[in-house]
Amino acid sequence: MELSAFVVLTVLAIVSAMVVILHRNQVVAALSLAANLVSIAGFYLLLHAQFLALLQVIVYAGAIMVLILFVLMLLNLPEESRRARAPGPIQAGLGVVLAAVFVAVMGWAVFGATEASAFPRPSPAFGTVASVGTVLFRDYFYAFEAISLLLVVAMVGAVLLAKRRL
Amino acid sequence: MTPQGILLVSVVLFALGVVGVLTRRGAITILMSVEIMLNAANLAFIAFSRQFDHPDGQVYAFFIMTLAAAEAAVGLAIVIALFRLRESTDVDELNLMKW
Repeated sequence: MELSAFVVLTVLAIVSAMVVILHRNQVVAALSLAANLVSIAGFYLLLHAQFLALLQVIVYAGAIMVLILFVLMLLNLPEESRRARAPGPIQAGLGVVLAAVFVAVMGWAVFGATEASAFPRPSPAFGTVASVGTVLFRDYFYAFEAISLLLVVAMVGAVLLAKRRL
Repeated sequence: MTPQGILLVSVVLFALGVVGVLTRRGAITILMSVEIMLNAANLAFIAFSRQFDHPDGQVYAFFIMTLAAAEAAVGLAIVIALFRLRESTDVDELNLMKW
């Protein structure tokens, strides 16, 4: 059961990510990104991190996806601009080769340096709002306040950038 | 489902994001590829959190999510400002600050 869910989620995540980077129509790419984000939320559920799975669906698949789709429709650019040249063979080839080297090195690090094992049994409180919230507000309190300040700055910055004239 | 399997999925997703950033020209597609990369990192964080049965990794993933929201808001605002200026979101046409 767990294994079949893992296989289905893996296929969904990788295929939807490939559609995002390959499809010319950006609306299709955005919807495919939504599928990718939901499949990642599925992985979080498989890993017993319910709270993060819920956040993933609300924040990513909800807020960020709506923002991206909203901008795509506001600017009316389903297609990448006609003037856009396809990437040169050197750029495309080098990008794919670099990514392949990255996968090879990291795969070697993951499989070569460790012996295969299963996840240990999680403690009953693992992944609940209580366990994450306790650590968040006890050990990472200042980081939490700093990131809320960052959100305010980003909000003001976004309004300033997108406004025609102040 | 092993920790290695999850980490391999995370690595492949990150590599796909890298390919998207390096080979595409549309600014919004590049932003979406960056989101894929951030999600791949998040997946690795949660896998390690589960492996060591400690919520720290989930807290980091929480911070990355917040960061991604801020990045998306500012990035899309820049895309809108850019579109007003150039009638296009092609990153190749942004050569004003190139020497």
